[in-house]
Amino acid sequence: MDQAIADYWRRNIRLKVVLLTIWAVVSIVLSILMINVLNEASVGGFPLGFWMAQQGSIFVFVVLIFVYAKTMDRYDTELEATLQGSQGGEA
Amino acid sequence: MSVELWTWIVVGLTFSLYIYIATRQRAKDTEGFYVAGHGVPAVANGMAVAADWMSAASFISMAGIIAFLGSDGSIYLMGWTGGYVLLALLLAPYLRKFGKYTVPDFVGDRYYSQTARVVALVAAIFVSFTYVAGQMRGVGIVFSRFLNLDIAVGVLVGMAIVTIYAVTGGMKGITWTQVAQYSVLIVAYLIPAVAIASKLTGMPIPQLGFGGVLDDLNAIQTDLGFGAYTDPFSSLSTLNVLLITVALMTGTAGLPHVIVRFYTTKTVRDARWSAGWALFFIAILYTTAPAVAAFAKTNLLDTVSNQSIDQVRAENSWFVSWEGTGLLAYEDLNGDGLINYEAGDGNELTVDRDIMVLANPEIAGLAAPITALVAAGGLAAALSTASGLLLVIGSSIGHDLYTKVLKRGTTEAQRLRAGRLAMGFGVLVAGYFGINPPGFVAEVVAFAFGLAAASFFPVIVFGIFWKKTTREGAIAGMAIGMIFTFVYIVMTAPGLMALDPWFFEISPQGIGTVGMIINAVVTYAVSKMTAEPPAEVQAMVDSLRIPEVASAYVEAGKV
Repeated sequence: MDQAIADYWRRNIRLKVVLLTIWAVVSIVLSILMINVLNEASVGGFPLGFWMAQQGSIFVFVVLIFVYAKTMDRYDTELEATLQGSQGGEA
Repeated sequence: MSVELWTWIVVGLTFSLYIYIATRQRAKDTEGFYVAGHGVPAVANGMAVAADWMSAASFISMAGIIAFLGSDGSIYLMGWTGGYVLLALLLAPYLRKFGKYTVPDFVGDRYYSQTARVVALVAAIFVSFTYVAGQMRGVGIVFSRFLNLDIAVGVLVGMAIVTIYAVTGGMKGITWTQVAQYSVLIVAYLIPAVAIASKLTGMPIPQLGFGGVLDDLNAIQTDLGFGAYTDPFSSLSTLNVLLITVALMTGTAGLPHVIVRFYTTKTVRDARWSAGWALFFIAILYTTAPAVAAFAKTNLLDTVSNQSIDQVRAENSWFVSWEGTGLLAYEDLNGDGLINYEAGDGNELTVDRDIMVLANPEIAGLAAPITALVAAGGLAAALSTASGLLLVIGSSIGHDLYTKVLKRGTTEAQRLRAGRLAMGFGVLVAGYFGINPPGFVAEVVAFAFGLAAASFFPVIVFGIFWKKTTREGAIAGMAIGMIFTFVYIVMTAPGLMALDPWFFEISPQGIGTVGMIINAVVTYAVSKMTAEPPAEVQAMVDSLRIPEVASAYVEAGKV
């Protein structure tokens, strides 16, 4: 049981690292540090960097949270199944 | 019917709705009063968070601020949304699993220390009071602009209404009222935005249409000497844009009135989903605001720039009516009868940023009921945020101080009464500062976010993710981070001592990021030097990290 819980936490942390890296790249790198580079390109009338900073980053944030909620639901269910199985085995 | 009559009708109807909801959802015990009985569904909680979060400033002022900042307005757009990613991934699920009522509850229990609890409750009260005074002021301003009431009278009406629905309803009443308030404010924001988008671009979806006006806007702005609208770092340095954005993000994640909303869901799963819904509902307004900013700015410049003042007044009734309120002011400096709106000393037109949202319905030629709806939306935004903040003030005094620190209130009825009295006291103080605002209203936001970033955010994240964080580390980190941030803001903020920002020219709004880093370093170093937390505290941290059902197995395994 301890192993299953430790694995669950490790997967949770790995998921967070991936999602927070995307979060930081989208907001800090693309929308602030590299905004002038992105502004060279233009999409639908928007300079790309400006669009990322005022629109795109916000859409990405929403998606990141829903991906996290969805994936964690799956991890929760799998952990529950493992715990149920191991307890059944012991009994 | 006149706009004013319509406004009375719409405001009266929405206020009656809030009171009706609150009386139906009256809290009967402390669990209902502080956390709505842990019974709020994910989507409803998401809406309530969105209303709780979006204040009078988001609704009335943000588009105007962006219109004048241009590209750098992204500090608010990203800062006030990106924090929800941190909240959803790092805080909300674990605090929900913790399952108590307040942020000081968590800090006090996790750091096995009454001192830590007291530091946290002082910070929670200070942050919430600085923020709530602005909301009460916002109610007064809406009443004065739309209904020609004195601001003080407007504040008193706001106090009365909040007392009725928040103090009696508690978190349970506040939650469902906030759901209604979100609905009112988002409709009130979107209708004028869609109308003005259609008028200027022929594309009703503001988020898509606003790319179409940017070339024009850049050209006019460059002509007038303002600099291109979409050019970044025109008003702030790159370092300040970065630090302010991070301070607003981490501050958002650390604001107690937002955090406690996640205590109200049924399960940890629901806490995670409701964070997603919250940001979804917030994003609807936050992606519309920059579009409104660009439309309103383009329209304003097109209408007034180098036009004859007589002609502008004759053709635009909104121009005359907003001149009447003082939000627009024209002075013909060179006596040519034209409006010279430009950067520099020759400028003849003063524009208050709030007009970008408030005048929208008239500019877009919408009927009187829509203007009335905008007034109701502004009130909904201010009242929903005020009630969330007052709940934090009530719970900090009534629960953390009275029950947990002073160990008073032996019966449930006494504790509930303490919470209500504390909230009532909060209404009075907030109302006082709403009528007599301190001279540094603009800096209040810097204070609230800076202090939340420098105190709560690191201390809660450390508490969950590093079991070996000690009481001494957390107290030292919070205290030093907060004192540093507080002193720097007092020294550099324009309304206070107004010294030149001495620390790498960092603006007072961005200093919370530095305070947070200092807090983290101190917390880590002191924790390394002091004795490990007791075993039961480490076990509690373990229990926060697993879902409810796994906890049941752990419990069963022990027996």
